Amino acid sequence: MTADARPALRELVETFLFREAALLDDWDLDAWVDLFTEDARYVVPTTDLPEGDPSQDLVFIDDDIIRLRARTVRLTGVGAHRENPRSRTRRFVSNVRVEEAGNGELSVSANVLVYRFRGGEAAPYVGAIDYILRPEGEDLKIAHRRAVLDLESLSWHGAVSIIF
Amino acid sequence: MDIADLIIDDRERGIFRVHRSSMTSPELFRRERETIFDRCWIYVGHESEVDNPGDYRCRTVTGRPLLLARGQDGEVRVFLNSCPHRGAMICRRPEGHARVLRCFYHGWTFNTDGALIGVPGEDAYGPGFDRSEMSLREPPRVDSYRGLYFVSFNPQVEDLVTYLAGARDYLDLVLDQAEEGMRVVSGSNRYTIKANWKLLAENSVDSYHLLPTHRTYVDYVTGLGTDDSGDTMAARPPGVGRALGNGHCVGENVARNGRPIAHWHPLFGEEAKAPIERARRRLAGRFGEERARRMADTSRNLLIYPNLLILDFVAITIRYIEPLAPGTMDVTAWHLVPREESGARLATRLDSYLTFFGPGGFATPDDVEALESCQLGFRASGNEWSDVSRGMLNPAPGTTDELQIRGFWRQWHANMQGRRQANVQDADPGKPETPAVPGTTVLAGER
Repeated sequence: MTADARPALRELVETFLFREAALLDDWDLDAWVDLFTEDARYVVPTTDLPEGDPSQDLVFIDDDIIRLRARTVRLTGVGAHRENPRSRTRRFVSNVRVEEAGNGELSVSANVLVYRFRGGEAAPYVGAIDYILRPEGEDLKIAHRRAVLDLESLSWHGAVSIIF
Repeated sequence: MDIADLIIDDRERGIFRVHRSSMTSPELFRRERETIFDRCWIYVGHESEVDNPGDYRCRTVTGRPLLLARGQDGEVRVFLNSCPHRGAMICRRPEGHARVLRCFYHGWTFNTDGALIGVPGEDAYGPGFDRSEMSLREPPRVDSYRGLYFVSFNPQVEDLVTYLAGARDYLDLVLDQAEEGMRVVSGSNRYTIKANWKLLAENSVDSYHLLPTHRTYVDYVTGLGTDDSGDTMAARPPGVGRALGNGHCVGENVARNGRPIAHWHPLFGEEAKAPIERARRRLAGRFGEERARRMADTSRNLLIYPNLLILDFVAITIRYIEPLAPGTMDVTAWHLVPREESGARLATRLDSYLTFFGPGGFATPDDVEALESCQLGFRASGNEWSDVSRGMLNPAPGTTDELQIRGFWRQWHANMQGRRQANVQDADPGKPETPAVPGTTVLAGER
């Protein structure tokens, strides 16, 4: 029986992803970064190379937990000028697929649409996010988060200034 | 407004101001196309992007669709990406590999040397139809410098090396860092900034904005431990700003952050220390201690006029600016790395790039915001002049002075008035200029 045939598991994962989306839309990045394991990785490939491998290709973001924490410190302060004042975002997470990856870990992918509003402009970030989720105690933690944009270039936003 | 009045360049009083219509006027934008972009050498791409015969890349260069391709004979060529038959784009994928380039519209085929090799139903054409007249068109001039390919739509343009003037030595300082040549890694940064293209040219060689704009980057780096925090915090960091002739310019700083080539930083981790020290010794062996020191311990932000930047500090990025409209530009940035680096050394370099550069870096998004903020602020129009006067009376300008920016603007101003040459220096035209060619120069304030 595949994991996708187990609605309870998918519901558990969806609940987790919806909570994550709410934290990001609320700019509660301190709580968000606590969702990650100590050995976590957060990767955003470039728009022209969605299959980009951070060990040999240029990517937009390749954070270990130290840089991810620094990123949230930066984004929640006043010095990240692209997000000061902060943009409003609204995230839609759908098409959630879950597979058991062994060692109790879950391999998850979801379609994600983030509308971003700021300075009279409105534009979406659209893409898919692949996760490796690891059970820790009663909870799940993010061990790997790879967010792949469908955009051909950052022609609307000029940057990945929010967490996608 | 008369074009001659767009810049106030008062060398006596040390006042330099740029009229903001130069960044908002559609008319001046059109004029730039003619007097600058159709007259100068413009960057297309790096030879490593078409490493094998049959490789091609589509590029938009000053609005024109071009093809960078390596033929089966191993030659790198640039073609207009437009079918000689009826004009359709020959290649529509951003990059690829092909033995034969086929226009999908009527099925004409070309080899990667550009020759027309197939015409469906060719017997319907009369005897005057000559295949050799219908090969892929090339821009009037194509030239390269050590793997960097440029085109010019000005048949009379000077040769590329002459054009590069004082920028050539700085390019060498970057390109010589590789032992087996440089290559562009896969993946590029592509983003649009809603601001005039010249604002990014200025910003890319401007060290004055570093502390106020990039505070969070500086905090991040110092928070991880730094070996020269004193310099990092200096409001006037040691370094030199230079106008290199023909509008090219550079800001050269003492390296305050790690340099993957041969300047270790805690950010790289202890395990990177030994390989970087070995690389430094090899560099000294190849170029002598003085030049090796300069390559490793100084960083440089080099502008190749009008719209190419080679930024060599936490990593090497090639940044190309494509103006779209007075208030809009497309930016593409690539990561240039020595071919011989792989494994852990490459990983250190790739990681170092991401700390500062790129749309997800800790600094570039703030520059995007700053430039768009300027462009929006121009709408206020109560003050029509931007000030670029810093250090104008300083005989040895540093990087937070603005000689390098003035050099760019002086060339721009001359070109816009139809003149090819400008005195880009702060010194009076009558007085001898400080030689811009370095080599043994010790940076002002350096320990």
